[in-house]
Amino acid sequence: MTTAVSTLEIRNLHVSVDTEEGPREILRGVDLTVRKGETHAIMGPNGSGKSTLSYSIAGHPKYNVTDGSITLDGEDVLAMGVDTRARAGIFLAMQYPVEIPGVSVSNFLRSSATAVRGEAPKLRTWVKEVKAAMTALEMDPAFAERGVNEGFSGGEKKRHEILQMALLKPKIAVLDETDSGLDVDALRIVSGGVEAVRAQGETGILLITHYTRILRYIKPEFVHVMAGGRIVDEGGPELAAVLEDSGYDRYVKGDGAAVPVAKAGAVS
Amino acid sequence: MAVIDATGRPPAASGAVPRPVRSRSPLDHLVPTGREEAWRFTPLRRLRGLPSGPDADGTVSVSVQAPTGVAVEQLDPADPRVGRVLTPADRVAAFALARATDVTAVTIPAEAALTEPVVIRLHGESPRTGAGAAGSGVAYGHVIVEIGPFASGTVVLDHTGSATYAGNVEVYVGHGASLTVVSVQDWDADAVHLGAHAYSVGRDAKLRSFTVTLGGELVRLNPTVEYRGPGGDAELNGVFFTDAGQHQEHRLLVTHEARSCRSRVTYKGALRGESAHAVWIGDVVIGADAVDTDTYELNRNLVLTDGARADSVPNLEILTGEVVGAGHASATGRFDDEALFYLQSRGIPPAEARRLVVHGFFAEVIDRIEVPDLRERIMTAVSARLGELPADA
Repeated sequence: MTTAVSTLEIRNLHVSVDTEEGPREILRGVDLTVRKGETHAIMGPNGSGKSTLSYSIAGHPKYNVTDGSITLDGEDVLAMGVDTRARAGIFLAMQYPVEIPGVSVSNFLRSSATAVRGEAPKLRTWVKEVKAAMTALEMDPAFAERGVNEGFSGGEKKRHEILQMALLKPKIAVLDETDSGLDVDALRIVSGGVEAVRAQGETGILLITHYTRILRYIKPEFVHVMAGGRIVDEGGPELAAVLEDSGYDRYVKGDGAAVPVAKAGAVS
Repeated sequence: MAVIDATGRPPAASGAVPRPVRSRSPLDHLVPTGREEAWRFTPLRRLRGLPSGPDADGTVSVSVQAPTGVAVEQLDPADPRVGRVLTPADRVAAFALARATDVTAVTIPAEAALTEPVVIRLHGESPRTGAGAAGSGVAYGHVIVEIGPFASGTVVLDHTGSATYAGNVEVYVGHGASLTVVSVQDWDADAVHLGAHAYSVGRDAKLRSFTVTLGGELVRLNPTVEYRGPGGDAELNGVFFTDAGQHQEHRLLVTHEARSCRSRVTYKGALRGESAHAVWIGDVVIGADAVDTDTYELNRNLVLTDGARADSVPNLEILTGEVVGAGHASATGRFDDEALFYLQSRGIPPAEARRLVVHGFFAEVIDRIEVPDLRERIMTAVSARLGELPADA
């Protein structure tokens, strides 16, 4: 069975969080389409709503969707629980992966693969598969026996996220600031891991980043600029180059409201 | 002054560890009223009269499975080995010492290196309800474990069945010996069990103990550790799973009087259901001569549902400033929502995510029990409880 195309469609997405002063709207109408095999970068200043977008796609309970829709191949993602979304093919590489003390990486990976694939992977091939994926990310085999994210360095956490992406082979992978906190070596290794998944052409990637640094390693076909809870500019790789030079200043005005300046090209 | 208090309270405020009366005579101990520090968390009316020392009308049978070379004896209660380690600090323990007619002694000879554990099975045969129920099922017991100098071995105390049981355990660890003691309280739901578990650790000896409390209506244990010389090392680990209506209380006292000894206390508990009540008291005393002491105690409780209550009170009294380390930590919390989100975002269904988190929580302690089938049994028992967790817990 082949699925011709996997498409994540986000339409007019409004998301708010509860604060002590009542609900606060963070996303104010986001439209975005990501297809299998495409790589999109979402860039924007702090507080523009990038992380809210990624958590909303994954279904974090803290974020309330007040309007709009998210669909994956026409299926209503917002109606799905967090685990159902993952099994439907959505993956979020987190900016701050949490520790789960006492749960070993190997146990976690196997539980996860079993859930996403719908059956327990055959032990023999699974061990080889994990080993190969870890080798590609230059991870020590002893890593598998450690508790999930327990005492991991920043680089180890991010490699572990990409390792999961490589094993779970999602339709849509959202990488939330995967580049943050990485030194050059770690960035190279992690980017290599993302590239390997991308090269298989089965995954649509949504790369969320504040900096253009990671775009030297992972070249997106589409660049979106987010500010004030909306996508305010879109273009090809050349837009990233513009941002590298001029920063986000022109998208942000005083109170943080978004001001689109230039449409750098139509994005289908 | 190397005084460390993980709660952030100044050492003065962490208070003196209470010094109860210690005597073999029951009448030297006051009848608890519930106002005493030692009894303030215990539901006295559920003790079925044990503090007044009722006559035994129930049975806890004792059977011992021991590798060759290990001596198993029935001692006369007047034997000098009885009461060598334990001097009761409360009325129930004193009555148990006075009334236990059956004293089981297990002795691992000097320099023996056991490859199989000694298993002492204590089975309550006096249920309060259902077939065979009669009277209040009161039974008294006494177990002595001694390991000779430079020997090593593991002893399992396995409590099952049902009774109203006051049972003392004395453990004498010879100089340079290494002993693991696992006490499992896997009682039926209607059992009451009060026990003083007294450990005496010899010079350069190592004790690892695991106290695993799963069953029973009410379980209240008092593990105590004393050191007979320098270089002793005691690890007191505990796991408990407190269900609706259960009261599980662990009151520990580690007394450092010898120099250069180490103690580590790690108790982890999960609670769920209406009126589930767990109590953990960790008292550590470092005497004026106990220089070079290294101690740390930790209690973590995971409250799985509303209606459950965990009391956790660490107490550290330090009479010398020359210690390597002295600290404690106590925390009671609910599931880490972010951990559950992380697992679910990898496709793992909510119930399994909770199971993984609880397994991980206990694994730190349970994985160190080096008796594979017992370790399996404990994890399986924990899993079985989690299988019944409501979906919205």
